[in-house]
Amino acid sequence: MAKVVLEFEKPIFELEQKIEEIKTLSDNVDVSDEVKTLEKKVSQLRENIFSNLTRWQRVQLARHPERPYTLDYIQNMTTDFVELHGDRAFGDDKAIVGGFAKLGDQPVMIIGHQKGRDTKSNLYRNFGMPNPEGYRKALRLMKLAVKFNRPIITMLDTPGAYPGLEAEERGQAEAIARNLFEMSHFPVPIIVVIIGEGASGGALGIGVGDRILMLENTWYSVIAPESCSSILWKSWEFKEQAAEALRLTPPDLLEQKIVDLIIPEPQGGAHRNPQQAAMILKDALLDELKTLRKLKPEKLVERRIEKFCNMGAWNE
Amino acid sequence: MSWFRRSTENIASDNQKKDMPEGMWSKCSSCGEIIHKGALEQNLWVCPKCSHHFRISSNEYFSILFDEGTFKEFDAKMTSKDPLSFVDTKKYKDRIKETIKKTGFSDALRYGIGKMNKRDVVIACMDFSFIGGSMGSVVGEKIRRAVDKAIKMKTPVIIISASGGARMMEAAYSLMQLAKTSAKLAQLSDAGLPFVSLMTDPTTGGVTASFAMLGDFNIAEPNALIGFAGPRVIKQTIGKDLPEGFQRAEFLQEKGFVDLVVPRKDLKATISNLLQMVH
Ligand SMILES: [Zn+2]
Repeated sequence: MAKVVLEFEKPIFELEQKIEEIKTLSDNVDVSDEVKTLEKKVSQLRENIFSNLTRWQRVQLARHPERPYTLDYIQNMTTDFVELHGDRAFGDDKAIVGGFAKLGDQPVMIIGHQKGRDTKSNLYRNFGMPNPEGYRKALRLMKLAVKFNRPIITMLDTPGAYPGLEAEERGQAEAIARNLFEMSHFPVPIIVVIIGEGASGGALGIGVGDRILMLENTWYSVIAPESCSSILWKSWEFKEQAAEALRLTPPDLLEQKIVDLIIPEPQGGAHRNPQQAAMILKDALLDELKTLRKLKPEKLVERRIEKFCNMGAWNE
Repeated sequence: MSWFRRSTENIASDNQKKDMPEGMWSKCSSCGEIIHKGALEQNLWVCPKCSHHFRISSNEYFSILFDEGTFKEFDAKMTSKDPLSFVDTKKYKDRIKETIKKTGFSDALRYGIGKMNKRDVVIACMDFSFIGGSMGSVVGEKIRRAVDKAIKMKTPVIIISASGGARMMEAAYSLMQLAKTSAKLAQLSDAGLPFVSLMTDPTTGGVTASFAMLGDFNIAEPNALIGFAGPRVIKQTIGKDLPEGFQRAEFLQEKGFVDLVVPRKDLKATISNLLQMVH
């Protein structure tokens, strides 16, 4: 697959290319000092660009086609993963994957949205947009976790639940609502991680938990900036403004007390080093699990409901 | 009709005037019939010719469902705080102010306790006229309190939905109201208390994908539009016209997501009957 370079990533790539050129052209000449200087420069450049991202740029990064997806994280941070298929009622939705795996030596149920990387796999995965049976598969797997007293980890990365005719016929709304209802009172720890796009009810449909973690270059909101622009500005052109208005980045959501923790990504974004991104996340998850394991099931549920009840702002 | 004309103290009387067409006559948007306002009221805002159910506000639903003079509203003054200082083509703050002035409602949902055929019930009702019945923090918080009240008083909860979905201007906060309201209904369920969801035209988006679909009894008014995605979006997605009756109440009953489609005149009797079976 051809490298995808976002507009604001270009200066970084140009410099990196230059370093590569010098390395290959140098042959017998010692260029290590020059390379060292340039590498320092590229690191600073990355640091600079990435600490000044606009909200829209963050959305673009969250959608970067080389970003690691759920199955990449599962592969890189767990062992013994066994994928389990189907909702036992209608079929197997490829836009949501899940199964038991070991995180460290801890068996967990791990479930997430799954996007594809090219046209073919994207069609197979329906671009990460689940149908009702995807949410129902997730629910079935979560109930298995409850039965065997295993913690649940969910990974959010979807442009939304699929707005199709058959999705409506099979009860897209009911499937999402049921998950919100059930997840709110499952007596096992649930950790939610936003690994890419957290678009609306389609994301939240597997997103109720005790701890909500958000990777550094992701977004989470009630609507995608483009759709928000088209509805409120009556034009697709105001996506940057919409992204600003929606306040949808990890620091925004931390401030709004909707997420609990931001997980740093490797310099330049998770797509620059998926293995390292997975290791950082794994450590954070093990930490969280250790704390949550200490709570009694009733306390866990009580705290979870309380947590979501505190979200919002109103005048009496 | 006297039962409607009587004024409940917490109901602002000018709301209904604004919802109704000017003058003494109303035109049915479905069949075009010109109907005398008095006759329409008497028929619970249902067209006598074609049975089209006119959209009505919380005032009318409270009148239809509660026994006369028993309804007490709570938190009537709760308003949105505009937590994100949201601005699109207009400031959200101004939008709220204007809508409060225009509708007389403080937000898109009201709730209270009263008697329905002598049975204590908590009823929450949405107002579509308030920013498309969109769900933001106020709607979520009022539902939380409605459920808490019901658990304390050991009463059933009825929620009447009329909504275009979540309120965009509250961004992630509005999305979280889906989880909040569903979590509260799980608590109500764990307390063994019944929840009746009444879906009216239209019930779409985040409201459908949370409390509206979670009824022990899912009831819908005839021909109400009910769905997750709006018909326009679906049409765009599939590039085809939608079949006749798609996403209407009867369609949802056929597909298994609504227990019963109930004409407005039978709502109170049907819900009361169901509640006496389980509570
Ligand atoms: Zn008519």
